[in-house]
Amino acid sequence: MTSTAPPTPATLPLGDDALILSHRLGEWAGHAPVLEEEVALANIALDLLGQARALYTGLADVLGSEDEIAFLREERAFRNCQLVEQPNGDFAHTIVRQLFFSTYQQPLYARLSPVLPLAAKAVRETAYHRDHAEQWTLRLGDGTEESHGRTQRAVDTLWRYTGELFQPIEGLEVDWQELAEEWSAGVRDVFDRAGLTVPEGPREGAWSAGAGRQGLHTEPFGRLLAEMQHLHRSHPGATW
Amino acid sequence: MSTDWPLWEVFVRSRRGLSHTHAGSLHAPDAQMALRNARDLFTRRSEGVSLWVVPSSEITASSPDEKDPFFEPAADKAYRHPTFYEVPEGVRNL
Amino acid sequence: MTPVTSPPHGHAAAAGANGAPGADGLDPEAVSAFQAAFDTAVAADERIEPRDWMPDAYRSTLVRQIAQHAHSEIIGMQPEANWIARAPSLRRKAILMAKVQDEAGHGLYLYGAAETLGTSREELLDKLHAGRQKYSSIFNYPTLTWADVGAIGWLVDGAAITNQVPLCRCSYGPYARAMVRICKEESFHQRQGYELLLALTRGTEAQRAMAQDAVDRWWWPSLMMFGPPDDESAHSAQSMAWKIKRHSNDELRQRFVDICVPQAEALGLTLPDPDLRWNEERGHWDFGAIDWREFREVLKGNGPCNEQRLEQRRRAHENGAWVREAAAAHAAKQSARASQDGASRTARSEP
Repeated sequence: MTSTAPPTPATLPLGDDALILSHRLGEWAGHAPVLEEEVALANIALDLLGQARALYTGLADVLGSEDEIAFLREERAFRNCQLVEQPNGDFAHTIVRQLFFSTYQQPLYARLSPVLPLAAKAVRETAYHRDHAEQWTLRLGDGTEESHGRTQRAVDTLWRYTGELFQPIEGLEVDWQELAEEWSAGVRDVFDRAGLTVPEGPREGAWSAGAGRQGLHTEPFGRLLAEMQHLHRSHPGATW
Repeated sequence: MSTDWPLWEVFVRSRRGLSHTHAGSLHAPDAQMALRNARDLFTRRSEGVSLWVVPSSEITASSPDEKDPFFEPAADKAYRHPTFYEVPEGVRNL
Repeated sequence: MTPVTSPPHGHAAAAGANGAPGADGLDPEAVSAFQAAFDTAVAADERIEPRDWMPDAYRSTLVRQIAQHAHSEIIGMQPEANWIARAPSLRRKAILMAKVQDEAGHGLYLYGAAETLGTSREELLDKLHAGRQKYSSIFNYPTLTWADVGAIGWLVDGAAITNQVPLCRCSYGPYARAMVRICKEESFHQRQGYELLLALTRGTEAQRAMAQDAVDRWWWPSLMMFGPPDDESAHSAQSMAWKIKRHSNDELRQRFVDICVPQAEALGLTLPDPDLRWNEERGHWDFGAIDWREFREVLKGNGPCNEQRLEQRRRAHENGAWVREAAAAHAAKQSARASQDGASRTARSEP
């Protein structure tokens, strides 16, 4: 790290979160468990993509066009949390990822909306995403033995990526401690009603605390970017 | 265990001042999910301000308290509409 | 004149396979009165609605056609979804996701229309997965480059719209209404495809070549979408008489060619048909012979992607089974809990 590296704009991590989660949700197209859910997951993905584009557009002066930001940065320049880059897994895995992330994103956007280049409706979008995740967590947690088992496994697997969410992002004036408490209470409430157990394990990896926010990602992320960026990068300067 | 979800009829009030109109049907395991599925399926282009979902034997009126998260997010997706696209002069029937 | 309505039965849309009245169990005199009323209604361009009496063959023709149409929408998601992750700009990524989502929605509208005829979605999906019902053969071709997304929008959706607009006036009400909704939403599908190709043809040499290659591959399969020539089309005549269909296959195909030629010109792309020329006398574009052998082969299951498409569809359905079960189980538990609550409240209130 050199001292001449420009500081990361404070809203970049939020834009990256939205883009990468949208991309992951887009991978469900044609694979959802029921047709109604094809439509629901795509709606959420489109909301997130719209948020990412608005946040990137706000950074145009510093980082260039939305497409330059999305398609021409290297993996280490992405500032999304590791949670959103985790592969979809089964539907329970995707839903738990949604619950963890939307329970974080909704109050964060609510606090920041006056200073973010997002329409006020972005907060309402995240509230809807939160509701969708909650409804499904309740059904999967309570439904059958199989669905309960799958959901608890997803919770246990993804738990380690939740601590990172509350690493302060420089430049954003948020009471991170308070946000973390609100998050824990919200998740615990859903778990209680869904019959799920809060894991005992650590909420961050041994070496990766705050990693995504510093540009350290997990292995699947490189492949995600390779797929997302290859066409754009194969035609330098082209207009699409 | 049956995996067939019951069928629900969906009624959409397209704007205030109009009555709910039948929009179509969908499947959902319960009324709550039926409402959400209806919101996603029938109001993707901001077509609605209120929904009813009705199972075969009883009518369940949505009281979607007309909360904004239900209907607003579709508003900015102009690319769903044909007028969003450029068509060169002289090109017809597109 | 209003079609004769047979006695009401259960909820029209949710009625089981035998819920909607057919010819069974009615005496011949009643049947011929119903038949006469049906014929008059169709002749007068009235709509037939779910609870009206209708000939069994009319019902089964509709189920077959609507099912095939619905299956085409959901299988048709696959070739385009193939490019969502690789879309080269965020704007294009959003458009493509919205379009693929619409296709799922259109599938839902159509399965809903089929349910009004007493056929459940589950039943139709089972038939699709077992290979006993068809979907449009066009989706058995692969999307090899980004330009294919444009070609599908312009040509495949263009052909579909040409086919579908007349269906908005189909004699069966629920199908016609679903088609009105679908056609309205699909108008953006074709335009985004055309605009996508336009960006490529105005772009670099590599982009232009990509666009031409895609059009070369999709043009002929698109013409096949209108089905076999009129003299070989098995179901056409009866469907036209019933006003399920309004125009013949060849008529619609010609209309499509006439529309596409100037649009291709505006793109600066060539349609891969050396026999394409304006016929002053007919006032239409003449076009070359279609390779119907290829059409039949793909229809038989020997297209490049038949197996892959069906396999992905089956897998999604199977992988989703535990989710659908879980939600149904939760709903059952909830209503059991509710009635238990109700019972214990009643018990308490009794001294």
